[in-house]
Formats: sequence, C-alpha cells, structure tokens
Amino acid sequence: MIIGEGKPIKEILAMIEDHSKILLAGCRGCVTVCCAGGEKEVGILSAAVSLARENQGKPIDIKEVSLERQCDPEYLEEIRSMVEDYEAILSIACGAGVQFLAETYRKTLIYPGINTNFIGVTQEQGVWTERCQSCGDCKLHLTGGICPITRCAKSLLNGPCGGSATGKCEVNPETDCGWQMIYDRFKELGCLDQMEVIIPINDWTTSRDGGPRKIIREDLKL
Amino acid sequence: MTSDSHLEKMLEQGEFAVTSECGPPRGADAEVIKKKGELLKGTVDAINVTDNQTSVVRMSSFSSCILLKQMGIDATLQMVTRDRNRIAIQSDILGAAALGINNILCLSGDHQKFGDHATAKNVYDMDSVHLIQTVKHMRDEGKFLGGDELKGVPKLFIGAAANPFADPFESRVVRLAKKVAAGVQFIQTQCIFNLERFGQWMQLVRDRGLHEKVYILGGVTPMKSVGMANYMKKMVPGMDVPDELIARIKGVEKDKRAEEGVKIAIETIQQLKEMEGVRGVHIMAIEWEEMVPRIAQEAGLLPRPQVA
Repeated sequence: MIIGEGKPIKEILAMIEDHSKILLAGCRGCVTVCCAGGEKEVGILSAAVSLARENQGKPIDIKEVSLERQCDPEYLEEIRSMVEDYEAILSIACGAGVQFLAETYRKTLIYPGINTNFIGVTQEQGVWTERCQSCGDCKLHLTGGICPITRCAKSLLNGPCGGSATGKCEVNPETDCGWQMIYDRFKELGCLDQMEVIIPINDWTTSRDGGPRKIIREDLKL
Repeated sequence: MTSDSHLEKMLEQGEFAVTSECGPPRGADAEVIKKKGELLKGTVDAINVTDNQTSVVRMSSFSSCILLKQMGIDATLQMVTRDRNRIAIQSDILGAAALGINNILCLSGDHQKFGDHATAKNVYDMDSVHLIQTVKHMRDEGKFLGGDELKGVPKLFIGAAANPFADPFESRVVRLAKKVAAGVQFIQTQCIFNLERFGQWMQLVRDRGLHEKVYILGGVTPMKSVGMANYMKKMVPGMDVPDELIARIKGVEKDKRAEEGVKIAIETIQQLKEMEGVRGVHIMAIEWEEMVPRIAQEAGLLPRPQVA
C-alpha cells in the first residue's frame, strides 16, 4: 500500500492560516491502514487545528469528511454539494488523492495534510517499510524476490557495493543491505549461482523517467 | 595493448606496478594538483584522481587528470555513477580519451549522504559493472550504448575497485568475477590492513583463476595516527582495521606513531609482493602524498623500471 505520515501541525497551520472555514477530507484507503489519513486521523487533526486556532484567537470552522477513496472520481463526487461552502479543502489522502481533488474541484484551494512516502508494508505494529519504487519493469524473479532498486540505497543491479558491512547499508546502520538480503535468500533457496548473473543496464522508460505514466485497458473501458 | 596507457604497458610486461592517488582541491587552485603530481612523479606508474570522494565536492577528477597529463604523468580518471547518467558518462569518456587520459576506474561511488551536499539527488542510472561494460563497448565495439557508431573510439585501460573486506565475504569474489566478465582489466583494492583476510580473498580469487584474467593491485594506506586508525575502523564503510594494528601504533611513543604507520605500510607491500596473483600496489597516502616516494623506496619499488 501507499504509506504516508502526517505533516507537522505547524506546517499545516501555516498553510491554512488565512482560512476560517475548511473541509478536512480523509481517505479510507491505504492511508487509513497506515494510520495517516483515515477517519480517526481526520478527527485528531481537526481537534488539534481547532484548538491551535482558538489559542491564536482565530477560530476556524472545520467540516470533517472521510471518502471511501480519493483516487476514484465517483467518491470525490460525494462531496460536490458541500465543497462550495468552504474556502479550502485540507486533504489527508496520499499525493494522488490530493491532486485528484484539485483536478475535480478547480475553484477550490486544496492543501496536503500528509506527506506521501512510499509503497510499502506494515513491518510490525507502528512500523512501515518500503518495498517498491514502481519502476514499471519488475525484476523480482532475478533477485530472489527482493528489489535492489528499492532496497539498495544506490539501486545497484549488481551489488553489494563495498560499503556493505555486517549485513547493514553504509548509508544507515539501521538499514539492511539489500544485496546482503538477496545473497542470503539465494543461499536459502540453494541458488547462489544466481549472484553470478549480470543484470544488464536498466531501461528506465517504464519508470518515472519516461514522464508521467498512464495505463489504458481497452477491455475495461466503457 | 588496448590503450596507450603506461600502466597497462608495465603490467603487460610483467612488472610489479605501483600506482597512487591524489584527492583534488576544494577550490580552483591548479597548483594543489601540480604539487601532488610533482611529489609522485617518477615514483609511481600512474596516478588516480578521486571523483568527489565521500561525496564532498572538489575539483573534478577529469580536469585534475588533465593537469597531471600536462606534466607527463599517466593519469587514471576515477568515475562514479552517482552523479552522471549514461549520456554524461559516455560524453566524459570520449572527452577524457580525446585529451589523452588512458586509464579509467569505474566506481559506483560513496552515497551523497556522507558528503557536504547530503540533500542532493543521486543518479545511479547504471552501476559500476555497467560502467565497465559501457567503456568496453565503446572501445571494442566502437558504438554508443544507444547503438550508434562512434567516430573515433576511446582507447582506455579499464579498471575497477574491489573490497575484500566488505560483506558478505563469499560474495566479494563473485562481484569481482562479474566485473571481470564485464571486461575489467585491472583492479585496485580497498586499503589492506587485515592481510589475513586479504589472503583468504586472494585464495578465492586464485581458485576461480581470476588472477590470470585481471591485474590485481593491492591497496595500501599508511596510518598517520591512532586517531586516523580509529576513524577508518569506525567511520569508513567497508574498512577492516584489526585491533592489533591499532594496538601496534598505540604501542610506540606519540611522535613515532606516523613512522610506525609507514613501517606497517612498507611491510604490507613486502608481503603483497610475495602473494601469488598480486600484480602491483596502489598506495593511497591520504593527504600525505609526500610519504609515497619513501614508502616506495623502502619497499624496494624504486627506481621504476623503464618499459619501451
């Protein structure tokens, strides 16, 4: 899923300081699961902003909503009737949701209430870690199911580099070395000879380097 | 011969090679490089210039190599894939060859996190194995990676690094094998402080016959002080500095510790000369270039043989 985390309250307050009536929109998708932008976080953020504004002597009217998803047009439509009544929308969906709101409601100011960080997993309760950089050309079959583009700080396709020590990355002693993990996995699977294969220079056109990406499924179009 | 490299010639004729390196200045003062060049000229067969090592911005390796070249020194252009994509890399390879640089050392580079511009975006369009392939492809196929023909091929002697001390240990030789398969011709290793582990690595290298496919130059760095030894042990990724070595330097009086470091470096070179498959040494005297002639002299590496 997409992992995000709330922006510092100070930054949010600065964004909306000129507004006195806003819509605070959560999302029931990924950001609910990673506890960054769901219904619960809408309530918490709303209370925090209201309190801060009262303390500043500039109370603010906040309408709380939580959409099923902010990345689908049909759910964005659900708030159309109320959008006009507010000066701005503070969205705590991921960056895709925030932008889709902005595209849908062109006359309303849209502010992001969270930072969108990565595509990852719930490592354990309260801990999320990155797994995928959506390069658009999955190579996991070549690397024992561990992505070197994501898990290696240098995205090396033929690692490990000389900075790998005791299983950790040179960039951060808390971070596992992606290529050590690949090596260990190959070893467990009894296919260490896979380490010998040169993975060729990458074609990044399927990644962000080809510009914003688009997928069209003719079989699904209406 | 694949190039006009003096270093390649020395190695090809079976001489025990000596290389060194210098870090470029943090400014536009050409004199710094010239001074280092003067200190090393005649003592070594080629001089590497580091490419923004530890991600601290310095004068470019490329221009520093040109300064050395103008002094009649065979320069080795270090190139990291951290800061350039394949367009810039190929362009620089052509420029370097056109200006008479004969050697290139293909590296992935230290992560920008370590440097003075930690907020930078890195590139890593390719890794060091790909960089080796790229130079070889341009030189031997006469083509760009994109497939178009080159008008004038870059005749470069292709090098890379190997770190026998990083983990996982068994994978280090595998990575060397990949670099050899990619077309690397010479290897300069990480600084050797743990000769026992280096010996184990060389054994694995010989078991695979890699020592017959690539010239291996052992990396040697004299320790100036206990502080430097501790710093390298703790702060430099992938560096293996045994406690015994630190204890040995600590064991002598403070004003004799640099001398002890030099002695250790000389002993290391003497042991490397005896090791099967080691074809030379790469002396990295970090901001201590003036010590290289003495180390080379006392290790029995001077005068450098004249090869035709």
